[in-house]
Amino acid sequence: MSELVIKNLNVSIGDRPILKDFSLTIPKGEVHALMGPNGTGKSTLAKALSGHEDYEITSGEVLLDGENIVGMEADGISRSGLFMAFQYPSEIPGVTIANFIRAALTARLEEGQNFSAPAYYKELYQHMDELKIDRSFTSRAVNEGFSGGEKKRCEILQMAMLKPKYAVMDETDSGLDIDALRIVAEGVNRMRGPDLGVLVITHYQRLLDYIVPDKVHVMWDGRIVKTGGPELARELESRGYDWVKEELAEPVA
Amino acid sequence: MSKTETPDLNIERDVGNFHYDTTYEFDAGVGLSEATIDYIADVKGEDEWVREFRKKALKVFNDKPLPTHWASRDLENIDYTKIRYYLSKGQRPSRSWDEVPDEIKETFERLGIPEKERAYLAGVEAQFDSEASYSNMKEELSKQGVIFVGSTEGLKEHPEIFRKWFGKVIPIGDNKFSALNSAVFSGGSFIYVPPGVKVKQPLQAYFRINAENFGQFERTLIIADEGAEITYMEGCTAPKFETSTLHSAVVELVALKGAKIQYITVQNWSENVFNLVTKRGLAMEGAEVKWIDCNIGSRLTMKYPGVIMRGEGARGEVLSIALAHDNQHQDTGAKMIHAASNTTSNIISKSISIGQGRATYRGVVAMPKHLKNCKNNTECDALLINTNSRTDTYPAITVRGNRNTVQHEASVSKVSAEQIFYMMQRGLSEGEAMSLSVNGFVNDLIREFPMEYSVELKRLIDLEMEGSVG
Ligand SMILES: Nc1ncnc2c1ncn2[C@@H]1O[C@H](COP(=O)(O)OP(=O)(O)OP(=O)(O)O)[C@@H](O)[C@H]1O
Ligand SMILES: [Mg+2]
Repeated sequence: MSELVIKNLNVSIGDRPILKDFSLTIPKGEVHALMGPNGTGKSTLAKALSGHEDYEITSGEVLLDGENIVGMEADGISRSGLFMAFQYPSEIPGVTIANFIRAALTARLEEGQNFSAPAYYKELYQHMDELKIDRSFTSRAVNEGFSGGEKKRCEILQMAMLKPKYAVMDETDSGLDIDALRIVAEGVNRMRGPDLGVLVITHYQRLLDYIVPDKVHVMWDGRIVKTGGPELARELESRGYDWVKEELAEPVA
Repeated sequence: MSKTETPDLNIERDVGNFHYDTTYEFDAGVGLSEATIDYIADVKGEDEWVREFRKKALKVFNDKPLPTHWASRDLENIDYTKIRYYLSKGQRPSRSWDEVPDEIKETFERLGIPEKERAYLAGVEAQFDSEASYSNMKEELSKQGVIFVGSTEGLKEHPEIFRKWFGKVIPIGDNKFSALNSAVFSGGSFIYVPPGVKVKQPLQAYFRINAENFGQFERTLIIADEGAEITYMEGCTAPKFETSTLHSAVVELVALKGAKIQYITVQNWSENVFNLVTKRGLAMEGAEVKWIDCNIGSRLTMKYPGVIMRGEGARGEVLSIALAHDNQHQDTGAKMIHAASNTTSNIISKSISIGQGRATYRGVVAMPKHLKNCKNNTECDALLINTNSRTDTYPAITVRGNRNTVQHEASVSKVSAEQIFYMMQRGLSEGEAMSLSVNGFVNDLIREFPMEYSVELKRLIDLEMEGSVG
């Protein structure tokens, strides 16, 4: 039960099918990497799981610890415990990071529970320090005028504060310099543990040197075509995707 | 409902949507004629000059065309023959809530007025349809010579103070609706603050419409004598009727040398109310008039608070927020008339249009050539939510001469679907996401408002946004 199960998921944008019988299971406590050429549908998977309206799930199931989240609104999915670190995070003018994360946490309060501001700020500052985000950022509007790297670190900060059960990190490494990459990876590693399952979408082995995955999946044309251990990512790094494609074509030939 | 705002104020989106069947001892009947005016003047026992003033105004009203050459044609939908112009239970407000008739007392209790009075107000006037039912002010203020009464009492008992300025800041013929108000006005506040008296807590007026097919025409005149200071707040609600309701007020402010007047409005009329209001302040030497004007409700609001800076060093300010959702048109703005050198004005207007909602900004800044060192700053920001929304900006700036400066900035931004999705991915409902975005848009302006009002306003915005999720 403690796993995120994606079963035969078919997702279309408009009339165009993008995910084709996509299946993947991420048990809690594991980190899986998802790799694949541009345009194969990795971000589509992340958005469809998160309940984005433009990504229509035509069939299939997504079970989060046994609960089917297909058809739920994006906010409900989030509160059920799925977090997505966006490839391109949106700017929210006028809304400070502190207020935004606070609102997200308050939205999770149960009836009768109270929000404790001192405890909140203590934790927020701790995570900011760890992620080397200057404390002055609390009063800056979310992602507004942030550099690419600052945006990605802010995504990890939100993840740390919201403590999801499962996280999909869409190219969180892109746009990061070497130091930031290490900081972000360390942040994720700190969160690793029996209560979190992670899907890391990336193009580069570099990130996986820091966040060592339990499994690596290769995606092609809307589904997973190959699964292996960390060595698979290294192989992709040196050989590219063509051999996967060839391997894929073999049985048919 | 959003849980992002901590204070728990007793305001609901529909809190004003209830009404009591009330028997009115005084009813001018339906329609508008000289007889209506005689009825009102008789009931109030007004002096002859007031009756003449009203009759002159009626003539101006009848003669003036609707301003549809520039304003919304929706104005044509007001049927003046179907409106009731005067309804009351009596002309003397009670000084204690215990003496207020039950259903009226209950109305204001439901709206939380006595509670706020105890919490932070220096005085309250609560108007129910045409007359104030309750009017009271802290005793220490009366001892300092502050006068806070209704228009009837003000004109009758203190003519030496009020007659001098009555109808002078906003003449009868200023526009068709100022003429209408001048003809049938009833209720509103007359305030006089003696020289040097600084009233620390705000005075509050609450305007309640209870009756259907009714027109409310309150008239307010505030005079702050030399060096005096006063903050006045007004709130309003009405039940939501099928038929339209008319609210047409005239508010005149006079800030004498070195005085400061701050006038705050949170307009939350129900969606059947035509809200056509004329507001203007006169600022003498070194005086300051500041309008904080927030329009959340109504069907059509036309309101352009203004300041005439008559004395050197005078300052005028309009800070406004307008929120228009489906079936609403907020046509608001500001007028800054620089009539002396070294005068300064500031306009910050923020509008939010949702769905089919329409927000219009109209501004006038006038600086005649012979003046020097006048400054105006105007900022107009519009936020659109959903592509159908419409916003228009019509700034008219008349600066003549080269010794004055005007600075104008305008922006239009949108809350994108991706932004809302991003926020929802963090667990906020669509309504919470929208209200957080809207709060983000108005935040820097709301920070300028007195605390009690900013809290109330944020709360109202939250409720509006929750309600506009389709
Ligand atoms: N909102 C959208 N509207 C139309 N087409 C879309 C949309 N989102 C994705 N697509 C299309 O779906 C396909 C898969 O896109 P997706 O973003 O999922 O790829 P990806 O694997 O994340 O690629 P990358 O590695 O470049 O991030 C692409 O052809 C893309 O153009
Ligand atoms: Mg992508």
